[in-house]
Amino acid sequence: MAWFKREKKPIEQPTPPDERRVRTEGLWIKCDSCRAIVWKKDLENNWQVCPKCQHHFKLGATRRLELLFDGGWLEQDAHLTSTDPLGFVDTKPYVTRLKEAQKKLGMGDAIITAEGFLNSRPLICCSMEFGFIGGSMGAVVGEKVTRAIELAMEKKLPLVIVSCSGGARMMEGTISLMQLAKVSAALARLDEARVPYISVLTDPTTGGVTASYAMLGDLNIAEPGALIGFAGPRVIEQTIRQKLPEGFQTAEFLLQHGFLDAVVPRKDLKTYIANALDLFLA
Amino acid sequence: MDHKRRKREIEQLEKKVEDLRRLASPQIPEAELERVRAEINFLKRDFHAHLDAWQRTQLARHPQRPSTLDYIRLLFADFTEIHGDRAFADDPAMVTGMARFHGRPVAVIGQQKGRDTKQKLARNFGMSKPEGYRKALRVMKIAGKFGRPIFTFVDTPGAYPGIDAEERGQAEAIARNLREMARLPVPIIVTITGEGGSGGALAIAVGDTVNMLENSIYSVISPEGCASIIWRDASKAEQAAAALKISAPDLLELGLIDEIVPEPDGGAHLNHEATAQLLDPVLERWLKELVRLPTPELLDRRYEKYRRMGQFMEQAAIP
Ligand SMILES: [Zn+2]
Repeated sequence: MAWFKREKKPIEQPTPPDERRVRTEGLWIKCDSCRAIVWKKDLENNWQVCPKCQHHFKLGATRRLELLFDGGWLEQDAHLTSTDPLGFVDTKPYVTRLKEAQKKLGMGDAIITAEGFLNSRPLICCSMEFGFIGGSMGAVVGEKVTRAIELAMEKKLPLVIVSCSGGARMMEGTISLMQLAKVSAALARLDEARVPYISVLTDPTTGGVTASYAMLGDLNIAEPGALIGFAGPRVIEQTIRQKLPEGFQTAEFLLQHGFLDAVVPRKDLKTYIANALDLFLA
Repeated sequence: MDHKRRKREIEQLEKKVEDLRRLASPQIPEAELERVRAEINFLKRDFHAHLDAWQRTQLARHPQRPSTLDYIRLLFADFTEIHGDRAFADDPAMVTGMARFHGRPVAVIGQQKGRDTKQKLARNFGMSKPEGYRKALRVMKIAGKFGRPIFTFVDTPGAYPGIDAEERGQAEAIARNLREMARLPVPIIVTITGEGGSGGALAIAVGDTVNMLENSIYSVISPEGCASIIWRDASKAEQAAAALKISAPDLLELGLIDEIVPEPDGGAHLNHEATAQLLDPVLERWLKELVRLPTPELLDRRYEKYRRMGQFMEQAAIP
């Protein structure tokens, strides 16, 4: 039995879910960034941030809500699930993929939407789960985000969306693509209602999620080192037939090019959001 | 292949009509000629109705297919091109401007792929960079300001996936267009004319009606891209095209588009004028219907149109 498993580099959508899954058997994990061997428990206690080098591993959707909310929360639309509208079959049927992901994660699709309190301020928060088919957006994610936006508007509560996604869900074809338009239209209304929206981009946020709600916050902030882009690195490499420069499409790269308002370490995220909302609303 | 056999059948019948016509004499009754012609038309219609997704993909990408500039020439008058995004550059993959449609001033926006190698390189194969989407939005805002309806013509493999495009915020440019198009206070009439390639297509395709030419496609990912993800083999694109349901009839059935515009026999590439003639009354009808709506109603209608897209189960048990 291995004492530690090497954490894989974040990979964009094209990798099948089985290869993509972070291996967490074993009690120890070798940090992908500093190569230190870290006790898993320490990593968990530190919100999946390497205690040695501050490398940010992926954080599950539920843990993310635990990080941001003061206590419990009221989940919305937990029982929305996909109908497999295209009857899509690749190497296995999409319905099988859905059932496996639901069973593994105990959630209906790749996002949790919830109402709760952040530093005593009520707000709506959406948290994406990369473990669920790469955090991809099909009709259910699109609908849940849209309902969350409409709820934020109706209750005049700030909205926070934490993205972690490979983009639109291929298995729902053009229906997935239309979710970009649906969510963005709802955000236009939220904007007009002057309800604050903070978009948090985490590793990775690519494709149709970046090209819709993730880039439409009043503030767009990201975690250190997060891969953020429209096209995935592999697609770009295939198109231009050359290696990509070091640090390309990282949060820091986007900050430098003017597409992020801040890069915020996970430990400061809650404070940052609370302060921003105070400055917007108090 | 059944497809080829049926095509041969039609060709043989057409030859038969030609022969009969050449031999035309009192012995061959006109009624017989009419009967054979009707049979040909039926077979042709049937043939086109049953083109599969991959065959349509090839027609949608046909280099001789009418382009945005062809539609501008054939359907609009006084076209005045507008260049540049006022921030970085002019994107030749996106053509924008003002023009007249049946006498009414309108804005026209569309992707341009280019036909020969030189044009294709100049137009970047119809793959826009952020400045293209920003130029399109700039022109749409002018249209909104002066109350001019907007026509968009969608034909792109997708937004350009390159280093410079990422540096300048490809995702942000697309996202902004989606949000702003949802609230532009003028009618937006979208026509997918060839390839509707994912977010790069959608960025000029949020509108009050979305029409698709009979042999155009509209997809979240190219069939080749899908095949290489699933089977690690781009040559399985034919299978992927079918699985993705990207043809106009499939998308109409899924409620994602509003109308299918018929193409001339054999496809739009064979006759640009006839294609434009078939499209013209569709655009005119939608324009007449949409300009009648008061702006709040127009915008509510647009919101509801996209709000309804997507199927899901409301109260499922999670295993
Ligand atoms: Zn480390």
